Amino acid sequence: MRFDSYETGGFYDELFQADGTPRPEFRSLVDRIESLPLGDLLARQQAAERNLMHMGITFNVYGEETGAERIFPFDLVPRLVAADDWDRIERGLQQRIRALNLFCDDLYHDRKIVKDGIVPAEIVESAEGLRRECVGLNPPQGIWCHVTGTDIVRDGDGQVYVLEDNLRVPSGVSYVLQNRAMMKRTFPKVFRGLGVRPVVDYPGRLLAMLEDVAPRSAESLEVVVLTPGPYNSAYFEHSFLAQQMGVELVEGRDLVVEDDTVFMRTTTGLERVHVIYRRIDDDFLDPEVFRPDSMLGVPGLMRAYRRGRVTLVNAPGTGVADDKVIYAYVPQIVRYYLGEDMIVPNVPTYMCWDDKQRQHVLENIDKLVVKPANESGGYGLLIGPHATEAERDEFRQRIRDDSRNYIAQPTLSLSRVPTLIEDHFEGRHVDLRPFILYGREIYVLPGGLTRVALREGSLVVNSSQGGGSKDTWVLAGPAGGVATLRDPF
Amino acid sequence: MLSRVADAIYWMCRYVERAENVARFVDVNEHLMLDLPPGLPTQWAPLVKITGDSAEFSARYRAADQEEVGWFLTFDSENPNSILSSLRAARENARSIREIISSAVWREINELYLYVEHHATRRSSPQHDFLQHVIRASHSIEGASYATLSHGAPWHFGRIGRLLERADKTTRVIDIRYFVLLPSANDVGSPAEDLHWTAVLQSVSALEMYRQRHGTVRLDSVAEFLILDAYFPRSVRNCLRRANNSLHSISNTPLGTYGNQAERRLGRLVADLDYTAIGEVLGEGLHEFLDDTQAKLNGVGDALQHIFFAPRQHRHSGGATVSANV
Repeated sequence: MRFDSYETGGFYDELFQADGTPRPEFRSLVDRIESLPLGDLLARQQAAERNLMHMGITFNVYGEETGAERIFPFDLVPRLVAADDWDRIERGLQQRIRALNLFCDDLYHDRKIVKDGIVPAEIVESAEGLRRECVGLNPPQGIWCHVTGTDIVRDGDGQVYVLEDNLRVPSGVSYVLQNRAMMKRTFPKVFRGLGVRPVVDYPGRLLAMLEDVAPRSAESLEVVVLTPGPYNSAYFEHSFLAQQMGVELVEGRDLVVEDDTVFMRTTTGLERVHVIYRRIDDDFLDPEVFRPDSMLGVPGLMRAYRRGRVTLVNAPGTGVADDKVIYAYVPQIVRYYLGEDMIVPNVPTYMCWDDKQRQHVLENIDKLVVKPANESGGYGLLIGPHATEAERDEFRQRIRDDSRNYIAQPTLSLSRVPTLIEDHFEGRHVDLRPFILYGREIYVLPGGLTRVALREGSLVVNSSQGGGSKDTWVLAGPAGGVATLRDPF
Repeated sequence: MLSRVADAIYWMCRYVERAENVARFVDVNEHLMLDLPPGLPTQWAPLVKITGDSAEFSARYRAADQEEVGWFLTFDSENPNSILSSLRAARENARSIREIISSAVWREINELYLYVEHHATRRSSPQHDFLQHVIRASHSIEGASYATLSHGAPWHFGRIGRLLERADKTTRVIDIRYFVLLPSANDVGSPAEDLHWTAVLQSVSALEMYRQRHGTVRLDSVAEFLILDAYFPRSVRNCLRRANNSLHSISNTPLGTYGNQAERRLGRLVADLDYTAIGEVLGEGLHEFLDDTQAKLNGVGDALQHIFFAPRQHRHSGGATVSANV
C-alpha cells in the first residue's frame, strides 16, 4: 500500500516532510506500510474494528436514544513522536501540573496569587469550577490534581502548544491501552524495530498513585472506582480501569456513609473504603453539599472527605483550573509559583472580558476560534474561518452579552497524519492528549490519545463529533530509530 | 463482594440459561411437529405456557402457530422472556460487572447478543442453525466461566443463578408436556406419547443419557430421570444439589446445616428430592409435585434476594457475616 499519491497539502505532517519524503526517524514505519498489499491493510483495519465491537468497546452518544452504541473509530496508521520532542513535552507537562496544583491549593487557602495581583479576584470568583465548599481543605500531601489529560496540538510551523487543561475527570486512557494492544498484534515487527515506549503499565501506576494518596490512618487499603453507571459514555473506561487495577467498580448506590466514614455494601455487610477514584463530576458527588437532585452520588461523602476519612481523586474543586480564562493566566501562574518560563507554551488567548481584547476579537472573528470558558467535548465553539456570517454574528452577540465566559484564539493550522480513507491515505488533523499522574512523583504516560478529525478539513477531533483515534508511538531514542533501518522486518 | 455485583452475576447467568432453554423448546418442537402423524393438529401454544407468558401472548398475537409463537419466543423484544430480551438483560447485567467477569466471558455474551440482534433485525424466522448456535454459545459462556473465572463467591452466585433457572425450566417442560399435549387418558400408551416423551427428553438434551440409564422411553422412567436422577446435569435434583453446594461455599456453613433462610429452604428441598421415590410422585400427582417444587424454588430466589442482594446492612467487623437473617 503506497504513499505515492499522498499530499501533505502545505500542512505540518507528523510523518512526512514538506518535500514528501518520510521524516528519517520514522522511515521504517513508512517502508513497512508500503510493503503491505492494499487489501491486507484494509483487512487488518476491519478486523481491528470488528474486534472492538465484539469486545463491546463502544460509547453512547449523548442525545441519541439509548442503545445507540458506536465504536470509537480507530485508524491503523500510528502517530509517531520523536524522543527529543517528547522529552520537552514531558517536562512541560510536569511543570504545568506542578504549578496548577499549587494554584488550586492556594485558591482554597490564602489566595496569595490574587492578593499579589497576578490573577484578578473577579475571574476566580466567577469561575464555574470554583467550589466554595472546598475552602480550607487539605487533601493528603497537598495533591489536588491527581489525574490530568492535557490537550496539546502542533501548529503549522511545528511548534507544540497546550490547547486546554482537563483537571476534572479526563477520559480516553483506556483507548490508549486498547489501541496499543491492537497495534502490537497488527504490526509486531515494526513495533519492535522502532523501540516504542510501553504504556501497558499505566493501570499499575494509577493504582500505586491511588494508594500513595490514601488517608494516613488507613491500614488495609480499599481503593474503588466510582462510576455513574453503564449508561455513561465513558463506562467502558471505568470498568476497564477497575478491572486492570483489580479493584471494585462501584456506583453511588453501592456506597453509604456512616459516622463520617465511607462503606460499600457487600454480601457480607459493610466494608470500609479509603480511596475513591471518582469518575463523576463534582456537582453529583454528594447531594447534601452539591446538587441535591443527584442520584449518582453518596449522601455524606463530603463530610467523610473533610474529616480526612476518605481520599477523593481528583479532589473536588480542581475544575476551577479548567476555566479557559484561567487557562490564559497559566504562563503567569507558572512564573508565580515556580519562577520558571513555560516549557510548552499556551496558545495565545484573547480574554473577552477585557475591553481592548474583546474589541479585537469582535473585529477579527473571521480569523479566530471562539470558545466558551466552561464547555468540553468540542461543544459550543465557533471556528471563524469556517463559519457563516450569520454564525459569526450570533457569536459576536454572545460575546457582548457574556464576555466573561468567552475567549478567542488564532485558528491554528493543526498538524496532520496520514489516515486510511477508503482505499488510500489522506492527511487528517490531529491533537494529542497525554495523561499525567500526580502521586509520589509526576508521571507522564509516554504518548497518550491521538485524536483525529476524520472528516476532510475538519479541526474538531472530539469523539462526539466525528473524531477517531490513533495509537501514539513515542520512540525510545535515536539509537532505536537507526537500528530499524537495518531491521529486515 | 458488592451486593449489586452478586445480584448482577446471578441474573446474568439466569438470563443466559433462560435463552438457552427457550432455544431448546422451539427447536425440538419444530422437529416434533414434523414427526407427528398426519391429521393431528400441531401444538405451539404449550411452548408459551412453559415460559409462563400465555396472557402476554394472547393479548398481542392472533394464532398460536409456528410462525407467531416462534417470533414471540425468539425475537419479540416486548416479551421479557424471549431469547432476544433475555440476552439483552444478560448483557446489561454483564456490562455492569465486566470488571468482575473475565474478558472471555464478556466477549462470549456480547457476541451472542449481537448475533441474535442481527437475526432479529433481518426478521428471519428462527431456524435450526440459529437455535443451535444460541445453545452452543450458552455452553461456551458456561465453559468460559468455569475455565476463566476464579471459583470464588462471584462464580458461585452465577452458578446458583444458572442452576435454579435450569431446574425451574426442567420442571416446566415436564409439566406442560404431560398435561397439555396429552389431555385424554386414551392417548396414554399411544405411539404419539412415545414421540412426546422423546421430545421432552430432547428438549433438555437428555435423550442420549436417558437411553444409557433406562433404555426404552416410559413415563415413570422419564419423570424419574428428569426429576430425581443423581448424575444427569439437567435433572432437578442434580441442579439443586450443586446450587446448594455453591450456596454453602459462599457462606462457609457446613452442608447439612444452615446459616440463613436461603440455605434452609434449598437444603430442605434437596433433602426431599434425595429421599423421594418416583412412585410417590406419580401417586401424589406429577403436576401437583412440580407445582409445589416451582413454588419452593421461588422461595429460594426470594431468600437470596433478601439475604445477599438487598440486605439490611450492618457494620462489617472482622470476617464475620453479620447480614440479618430474614
